[in-house]
Parts: sequence; structure tokens; C-alpha cells
Amino acid sequence: MRTEPVLQVQALVKRYGDKTAVNGLDLVARAGVTAVLGPNGAGKTTTVETCEGYRRPDSGTVRVLGLDPVRQSAALRPRIGVMLQSGGVYSGARADEMLRHVAKLHAAPLDVDALIERLGLGSCGRTSYRRLSGGQQQRLALAMAVVGRPELVFLDEPTAGLDPQARRATWDLIRDLRADGVSVILTTHYMDEAEQLSDDVAIIDAGRVIAHGSPEDLCRGGAENTLRFTGRPGLDVGSLLKALPADCTAAELTPGSYRVGGKVDPQLLATVTSWCAQHGVMPDRISVERHTLEDVFLELTGKELRA
Amino acid sequence: MTAVGTGSGTYTPRPGAAPLPRMIGAQAALETKMLLRNGEQLLLTVVIPTLLLVLFGSVDIVDTGAGEAVDFLAPGILALAVMSTAFTGQAIATGFERRYGVLKRLASSPLPRWGLMTAKTVSVLVTEVLQIVLLTVIAFALGWSPQGNPLAVLLLLVLGTAAFSGLGLLMAGTLKAEATLAAANLVFLLLLVGGGVIVPLDKFPAAAQDVLGLLPISALSDGLRDVLQHGAGMPWGDLGILAVWAVVGLAAAGRFFRWE
Repeated sequence: MRTEPVLQVQALVKRYGDKTAVNGLDLVARAGVTAVLGPNGAGKTTTVETCEGYRRPDSGTVRVLGLDPVRQSAALRPRIGVMLQSGGVYSGARADEMLRHVAKLHAAPLDVDALIERLGLGSCGRTSYRRLSGGQQQRLALAMAVVGRPELVFLDEPTAGLDPQARRATWDLIRDLRADGVSVILTTHYMDEAEQLSDDVAIIDAGRVIAHGSPEDLCRGGAENTLRFTGRPGLDVGSLLKALPADCTAAELTPGSYRVGGKVDPQLLATVTSWCAQHGVMPDRISVERHTLEDVFLELTGKELRA
Repeated sequence: MTAVGTGSGTYTPRPGAAPLPRMIGAQAALETKMLLRNGEQLLLTVVIPTLLLVLFGSVDIVDTGAGEAVDFLAPGILALAVMSTAFTGQAIATGFERRYGVLKRLASSPLPRWGLMTAKTVSVLVTEVLQIVLLTVIAFALGWSPQGNPLAVLLLLVLGTAAFSGLGLLMAGTLKAEATLAAANLVFLLLLVGGGVIVPLDKFPAAAQDVLGLLPISALSDGLRDVLQHGAGMPWGDLGILAVWAVVGLAAAGRFFRWE
């Protein structure tokens, strides 16, 4: 795997009037899939659009595939694929017509018919863009982003509003892109999407990156996990607590239902089960509740609704 | 997750821009196709000029002075055709392309911005050629007998196209799409009536004539009429007016056009 970054953003600041959309953002993305998560208005789209060359940074530096997206735009544009959040197609154009057109702007595009087939756009037939369903419009925008065989693809909420089948198809395509060595920068509101697809996740809030790492790292770090089991009521929780590492908690929530909190690892699981064995307890329905990316996200960005 | 580089190779990057002439050609072809497919645009660029030519050329509604009505009308209708495509049609189409993110999406494609603008110009010129062929055939059928220097006509049409394109793009690049739609149609209507297209300018009060004569549509229709109806040489005054509009309009469009 290549290790040089596909994206380097340093101390990026972008203001619109007196509103600061991006406030000293640092982000390094390496080859593979990087998901950019954040509440609405966090600065995701502004950051991505600055990388695509649409916005000029007020300060800070942005390098995409080693190039300045504004000043070296002509060299960069053939190497990237862009999927906008919406639009981007002549309202009177047919899906295949627009896709063939974008293909013609590139030196060695993908086989357009195969791409149409793969994304289920064949059924669009002679329908003009404005009469396509939202899902068909999304898939066309995705196809337009990849048809030029780019090295790096920017996908801004590619599965927003898609039905489950179309969502799967999009995920599969992103996995295939990654397997073939195409890097992907993906903004999304779907935590499962980020968890399933990405090598790295950056969580943005208020114009800065507040957490960055693999989905596993983010889920492991900080947040406590929980182990639950059921046994006979009235076990000696104090004795269990003594057997556990110092920072753990243990409680009988309802008679016969126990919860152990702390850093849940194989060692902790062994400690609990051997304590049960010593006390002649058969732990039923033992379960480990891992924190999901969504838990981490809500912990970091708060649970209250944003304006 | 599978490792990078274990795929089938279908999507293995092979980035690169197509050669510039191919990109511009493809863009011009698509723009022209979109224009010819759009019913409202065809109404504006084909149906209205044709109807006006046939109606006013065969029925004596407006006093067009001495000689055949069609000899007065045909140059004005040709000027109207140029305005309908280069100004009204281009302003509305570009305004909505901007609104629907087409310009934005193309801006991140390998096609450079000047390439997009070149393609738009080619598409406007292709449409004008089609209009002029159609209108000329109809005018001949109505007994038109044009005179004058074809080079002067060509120069007028080119400068007129440049002037109207600048104004159309200025409107499309600064106003909202809906405002552009309304304003471009309104301007089309006002200039149709007050620009010497079907109503001779000398029907207006003298003070108004001086101002109206400076409009690009008046300069174009007057210049074409001088050459095609009266067999004049180079209509330098009208060419000068069109050149000023072209320089001012294109410069302002270049300065103020916003891509999204």
C-alpha cells in the first residue's frame, strides 16, 4: 500500500462573511477510504470543496495528491473524481448521455456500458435527468465521479436517501475502488457506512477535526464498554468487584441481571467467567457491548440537536 | 476488509485528460443537443423569428417604408435570431446550468473553463447558422432580394453575437436562474419592439431614436438593413456600437461571472 498521503490539510481556515466554516483544520488522508463525519454545519462540505479546488483557503495549506487544488488545478482535475451532494447534470440530458460525455473528457475512461449496467442506470432509458428518481440521480453522480479512472474520488454523502439495494451497490463499488487502488474521501451521516467502508475516520465539529483514526481505534479509545450476564439473583457483587481491575464497575441491575463496566478485553472476560466458576455460577446470556462509532460520535459531538 | 490492490483491476487508476479539441468538441456537441432538445428554447430561437417573418412579411401590419416588406423585415429578423440565441437562450440555459451545479461539476472535470466557454460559443454559432439558413430560405420564398457585401454581414453577425453573448453571460453569471429567465425574456420582448426589428426606429420620437439607436439590437438590425436592403458598404457606425457592447459585456461577464 502506498503510504504517502493523498490529502494533506494544514491549519485550514475558511470564512463566509463573519461565519467561520472551517477553523484551523488539520487532516491527513492516506491511500484507502477515509470517511469524514460530522454534524450538519461542521465544515465537512467546505473542507471537501476546498480540496476539490472550488474554494480558496483564507489561510492554511491544502495539498491533494501533492498538488495545490487552486493553483495546480489543471494538473489535478484529471486525477480526481468528484461527486457533488446534488445536481451537476444538464436537466435535459439522459443519464447515459451525460455519463458518456464525462467519459469523453478523459483519456482512458471506464467502459461506460459496463458502469451503467453495474449501477443499474440502464433502466433510465430515454428519461431526462430532471425526471429521474433521487436514487438514480445519486447513482449517476457516482458514476460520473469514477468514469474517468481517477486516483482519488471525493464522494459527498453518496448514499443519502438511497434505498437499501442502491446503498449496497454503492458500498460494493466503493470496496471495489479501494481494492483496485483508488483512494476515496467520503463524507457521510451514516455511521455504519463509515464503520463498514473506511480505513480511517475523521470526525469534524465546529470546523476542526476532533478525532481521527481507524474505526476500531475510535471505538476502543475513551469510551467504556459493557459486559452483561445473567445468573442466580443475589450474587456477591462486592466480591466480583474485588476480582476485577481497579477501574471497573459491577452492579446487579435487576435481580439476576449483572453488568460489568470497564475496559472490556479478553482478560476481563476471563476474570468474570473464572469468578463465576469459583462461585458455582453459570453465567447465562453473557454478552459484550462494544461501543459503536455512533456512540463515539455522539459522545464527542454532543447529543443535542444542532441549529 | 480486503487489501488494496487485490481487485479485478477494472477501476485501476488511469487518469488523464482527453485532448483539448476532443473535449471542446464533445462539450459543444452536448450543449447544442441540449439547446435543440429544449422546447422553450426552440420557441424563442426558431418559432418566434419564423412566425414574425412570415406574419409581417405577408400581411401589411406595420408600415415598413418603401419597397417590399420582406426586404425591411429579413435583416431585422436575422438580428432577432442572433439575439434570441446569443443573449436570451444562452442567458437562460447558462443561468440554469449554474443553478443546477452543471457549471460547478464541469469545473472539476479536465475541461478548462475557457474550454467550456469556447464550446458554448461554438454551440451558439452552430445554432445561429441553422437559424439563418432556415430564415433565409423563408425570406427568399417571400420574395426577398438581398444586396450588399457578405463580409460586412458576417462581421455584423459575429460582433452582434459577441455583444449579446457578453450581456447574456453577465446576466446568467450574476442573477438567480429565475431572475435571469424573467429578465432575459423581458429584455427580448422590449428589444424586439424597440430595437428596429419589426418596427422602424423612425416611428419613435426623435429623442428616443437617439437612445434606441445605441442598443446592440438596433445597431445590428440597422447595420444588416443598411447592407442587405440598401447595399451599403461597411456600416462602421453600427459595427463600432456593437464592438463597444462586446468589449464592455464580455469584460463585465469575465469580471463578475460567478460559477455557483
